[in-house]
Amino acid sequence: MALDSLCGFSTSQPAFKGFSSMCTLQNDLDVFTGNFKNNLQLMNPPAAHIPELEAMKVDYKDPLHRERKTPYGFYKTPLGYGPVEVPDVGAVTAPDSGLKIKMAHGTTTLGFKFKGGVIIAVDSRATGGMFIGSQEVKKVIEINDCLLGTMAGGAADCTYWERFLSKQCRLYELRNREKISVAAASKLLANICFHYKGYGLSMGTMIAGWDKRGPGLYYVDDDGRRAPGNLFSVGSGSTYALGVLDGSYKWDLTDEEAQELGRRAIFHATHRDAASGGVVRVYHVKEGGWEKISEVDNDKYWEKYSGDKMPIVIN
Amino acid sequence: MKGKNCVAIAADRRFGVQLQTIGTDMDKIFEIGPKLFVGIPGLATDTQTVHERLRFRTNVYELRENRPVTPQVLSAMVTNLLYEHRFGPYFVEPVIAGLDPKTNEPFVCGFDVIGCPCEPEDFIVSGTCEEQLLGMCESLYEPNLEPDQLFETISQALVNACDRDAISGWGAKVYIIESDKVTIRKVRTRMD
Repeated sequence: MALDSLCGFSTSQPAFKGFSSMCTLQNDLDVFTGNFKNNLQLMNPPAAHIPELEAMKVDYKDPLHRERKTPYGFYKTPLGYGPVEVPDVGAVTAPDSGLKIKMAHGTTTLGFKFKGGVIIAVDSRATGGMFIGSQEVKKVIEINDCLLGTMAGGAADCTYWERFLSKQCRLYELRNREKISVAAASKLLANICFHYKGYGLSMGTMIAGWDKRGPGLYYVDDDGRRAPGNLFSVGSGSTYALGVLDGSYKWDLTDEEAQELGRRAIFHATHRDAASGGVVRVYHVKEGGWEKISEVDNDKYWEKYSGDKMPIVIN
Repeated sequence: MKGKNCVAIAADRRFGVQLQTIGTDMDKIFEIGPKLFVGIPGLATDTQTVHERLRFRTNVYELRENRPVTPQVLSAMVTNLLYEHRFGPYFVEPVIAGLDPKTNEPFVCGFDVIGCPCEPEDFIVSGTCEEQLLGMCESLYEPNLEPDQLFETISQALVNACDRDAISGWGAKVYIIESDKVTIRKVRTRMD
């Protein structure tokens, strides 16, 4: 009762029901580990029935993506999942909603289709601000034998949702007795991104694979955009990578040429972009599935690539 | 970093704007006297201005007084120069390393942007990966190192600190200052 009057804790709220009626194991499981049964049941948004959270959501229909005005700071709101009365918002502005998470953003990833399949190449640096958190992050997520996803933006968002996608793809296979197409898989992810639009997910990914239609490459990002294409690069170093890639890209590259082009593009991006670096990983998606081609620290490439520039061909 | 009858000063060579690396051959350490150097990390334009102004002041000093600038004198000059801009500072945090012209006593000193001097008896660090450098130096440093040991220590500290900072690195330059000679070495680092 003291907690109730002080800060709004109440044993009558769902999370604390166990205290008032002798809790059962099932009850505990349902309340505290709902995510085991349903990956979409996350603690936070979308939760239209929690007005404080709804009020914090960025209004993406507003062209400036301003946060909705709310009279509450996040931590000041009474804890609880039931409906809470929100006073008329009016012109009151929250000084700071208190829920601002800054995450790793720097990355270089690229993917392109060519006659021999799809090449995916990525760097491996994780930065938090200017601090290098890790130099060996796996930014290629192996969804299944035929599908790869890349990771740019929020590391947790990308790993969680692509792992979730991996589960959905497997379920699709079991239900339909055929492999999921790259188009369908990427659309599953895009639909999730759209569902959570405005709630602050941060992901820029490419989904690559080989299906009955041949090689597939899709770009999917956090505001629900999804686009098929022959050549993409995502992340803070993408402009540098595209500079190298566009210079030598053509459809008729041999396998070795294509792998080398991807590697070179990532290498040069890691050199110019401070937020990219570490290991250059190259994957090649072929008819039978993907294959990991190389995984080499880009420091090993410095002598080779800085001395031996790509030839300039004048027609 | 102080050693036995020697000091060392080192800096990386990156010139960049935010995440974009524009050049990898920028010197941030400048010669003030035969055994006296100043490293000026920070905003590149202010690095150049502060260096030019220090050069002017040390030249005037030497002409007027007819004696070389000692590390302590340079330290006072840097303090004064920076504090003159108390309310619109140069965005640099200089570091001085040198030997006294007469006694060859090692000297290191660092400053904040408005000229507060800090004169420790072991080492001073400054710049974007200050925290990382401090950690490296705290663990690697020991007093009374010989010049070649000092080179190894300062290089390892710098290189490994830079490897944990996104906007430092791309090569490094290390100066070992002894009573009779100054050795300048370029150190290879990761280029990403």
